[in-house]
Amino acid sequence: MRPTITMRMQTSDEALAQAAGNGDAEAFGLLIRRHYDRLFRFAWRLTGTQHDAEDLTHDICAALPAKLAGFRGEAKFTSWLYRIALNANTDRARKAQRRVKARAGWGEDQHRRAAEATEAREAQDWLTTAMQSLPRELKDTVALTLGEEMTQKEAATVMGVSEGTIAWRMSEVKRHLKDLAEKEAN
Amino acid sequence: MDELDKLKAALRDAPAPDASKKDATLRMAKENFDTFQGSAKPARPTQSDPKRVGFREGLKTMFAPNTFRPLLLTTSSLVVLGVGFVLVQPMLAPDSAILDLDTTMAPEVSMDLPAAEDFTSATGEIVAQAPARAPAPAKIRTRESAGIALSEAAPRSQNFDFAGGATIIAPAPYDLDDVAPPDLRSRDQFANDAPNPLKITAEAPVSTFSTDVDTASYSVIRRALQNGQLPPRDAVRIEEMVNYFPYDYAAPTGEHPFEPTLTVTGTPWNPDTQLVHIAIQGEMPQLEDRPALNLVFLIDTSGSMNAPDKLPLLIQSFRLMLSELRPEDQVAIVTYAGSAGTVLPPTSASETGKINAALGNLSAGGSTAGEAGLRQAYALASQMGEEGELSRVLLATDGDFNVGMSGSDEMKSFIEEKRDTGTYLSILGFGRGNLNDALMQTLAQNGNGQAAYIDTLSEARKVLVDQLTGALFPIAGDVKVQVEWNPAEVAEYRLIGYETRALKREDFNNDKVDAGDIGAGHTVTALYEITPVGSPAILNTPLRYDTQTVASDSSELGFLRLRYKPVGASDSILIERPITQASAEATVETRFATAIAGFGQLLRGSDYLGDWSYADAIALANEAKGDDPFGYRNEAITLMRLAESLAKAP
Repeated sequence: MRPTITMRMQTSDEALAQAAGNGDAEAFGLLIRRHYDRLFRFAWRLTGTQHDAEDLTHDICAALPAKLAGFRGEAKFTSWLYRIALNANTDRARKAQRRVKARAGWGEDQHRRAAEATEAREAQDWLTTAMQSLPRELKDTVALTLGEEMTQKEAATVMGVSEGTIAWRMSEVKRHLKDLAEKEAN
Repeated sequence: MDELDKLKAALRDAPAPDASKKDATLRMAKENFDTFQGSAKPARPTQSDPKRVGFREGLKTMFAPNTFRPLLLTTSSLVVLGVGFVLVQPMLAPDSAILDLDTTMAPEVSMDLPAAEDFTSATGEIVAQAPARAPAPAKIRTRESAGIALSEAAPRSQNFDFAGGATIIAPAPYDLDDVAPPDLRSRDQFANDAPNPLKITAEAPVSTFSTDVDTASYSVIRRALQNGQLPPRDAVRIEEMVNYFPYDYAAPTGEHPFEPTLTVTGTPWNPDTQLVHIAIQGEMPQLEDRPALNLVFLIDTSGSMNAPDKLPLLIQSFRLMLSELRPEDQVAIVTYAGSAGTVLPPTSASETGKINAALGNLSAGGSTAGEAGLRQAYALASQMGEEGELSRVLLATDGDFNVGMSGSDEMKSFIEEKRDTGTYLSILGFGRGNLNDALMQTLAQNGNGQAAYIDTLSEARKVLVDQLTGALFPIAGDVKVQVEWNPAEVAEYRLIGYETRALKREDFNNDKVDAGDIGAGHTVTALYEITPVGSPAILNTPLRYDTQTVASDSSELGFLRLRYKPVGASDSILIERPITQASAEATVETRFATAIAGFGQLLRGSDYLGDWSYADAIALANEAKGDDPFGYRNEAITLMRLAESLAKAP
């Protein structure tokens, strides 16, 4: 018997992804619906504005049907998806040469939110500056470990580096933030 | 705060995705998928019937422009109502009620109508309880499942099948694939009465109630708070919150299977009143000597159980419990969904492989044939029972339990009848959104059992493993409590909680009247807030023409009477104790119970607490945590904190 959608709502990501890779449209639909929100939030953490996050999510979803054919179920689907997202973000930034604008994006978004709440604005303000001060690979690492709350091991799997690298990068992040705090104090 | 923590907190505030952008992207991705599949694998005969794809795509295009949605929504709900009416009307039995479809639900309603004879049992009562429901046999699916049913059944929409189960298909105004989270109002139903009012001792000196060892209310509250919502006030039954926690009261030493401990303390929320704790500790019989158990798991496998926190959690819960059973114990499993069936005939608990396999094969689907399931479970239980053994039916459900029997009353009398044959009934509630707490309470109270609500595996552990003995071995039946207050000492009194357990004064001595049971090791706590004569906290002005003069030589505050029946006996035994100011000292246990009672009153929005707040409850509970070996009390404090924040939120 063919599984019903209700049954499939509990099917694992990996099984759905493999089914989708084999051409099952329903599985694909379930899969992207299940992950869209998560993907969007991650995109926001990477880019800093709603607009850029939407575009990036769009790009990833557009490319997903082709990429899924290459999903072999060896990795966790989410890890695989994060890696796709990171690569898509890098590609996008490189192609459009929008690195500067992407950084400025943190400020843009902040202004929109500023009207909403003072407290949120202060937090955002700090976030803007903090994220801007980080080089790309540190920013990506931060988005995974702090934004997505992954363990260093999970982040390492996604980024294809060793756990030690992640640990080192996080200490770098800490150093950057400390520098930033000192700069602010002066 | 650490810089990294700060960054983490800031990153957590990601904005919510824009719904229309999301729709557009998802649609685009699916088109891409189809294109990609089209070029990669042109022939796929199994799953994409070209006609079906065409149909869905066509509808999608039709309904795609956002601006037309409101219009379409309105028109299609009209259509649905029309269709529903035509179909249902001729099948209505003379005594049945009007199908009251909520128009907000209408566009996505799909009905699985069971065989026609079921309709005769539909009564108006069910509809009156829940206006958004159809009469019992017709099951309205919520948006989540309705969307699925639509896309599954869409191609057949012209063929109404009247012979078997009729399926009505309504056009959906949304993208057929869009399985959005349900935004319908929750269909949870709770049983509760208005909080006990303040009583004037001179007018009504006697207070009578039945014990309650259920814990379901606490779990429901926990789940609500952990989801970021204050629980509905009616979901709060204070006695169940207080009795959720194990207390270390004095163990019984005398002839009776339990021992009351009386404590009189100050009231944290009112300096001019006092709290009287009545604590009952049930004895803990030697576990090695326990009689063999016959357990019949009656498991709801209806379609609504198909959620991670329902059937899968239930299966895991029962597996946890199996490890606690002994070879001489027997287990049987009956499921009910559409039709009831015995999945596992009575099997020795040592055959874990067989039992596990039976549990593993359970899957959810269909409507709920509660009555047939219950009858079958009781029949099995009576088959298994031998002299000196205990039989119990454990009913696991998410609430819908009224297909077949017409309403709670008939179910109630059926269970009462079975209770007298010696088979007990416990109810385990699962899931949220459909929970019929009222029915669970009725069933458990009339089946001499316990109702517990299981929302996490650790709760399952508490109910089924840590407290296995209490849940499964009654030590005293029909335990009733009556307190007579002395009007010379106590001007006013108020029983905190036990609203659903109130008994009439004359019922106390009537052994025919049913009351709650106490299981091995159970503790029951009841709290009265009393206002001493002459206290500035007295709320009622004395009557000007009061002719009664209160005269009593006694300095007792009141007099406690308890009645219970030893297991299997039909005559009750009376225990009497005076309540005096010189009662036992306040302990960590009574203080914690007070904190929880205060917490419950805050959640119910009580008028009697003055400006006593969640912060005060937290402080009191924190100080009275005691050993807390299972961490239950710690968890309660976390919940208080959550409630405090939620109550402050706009």
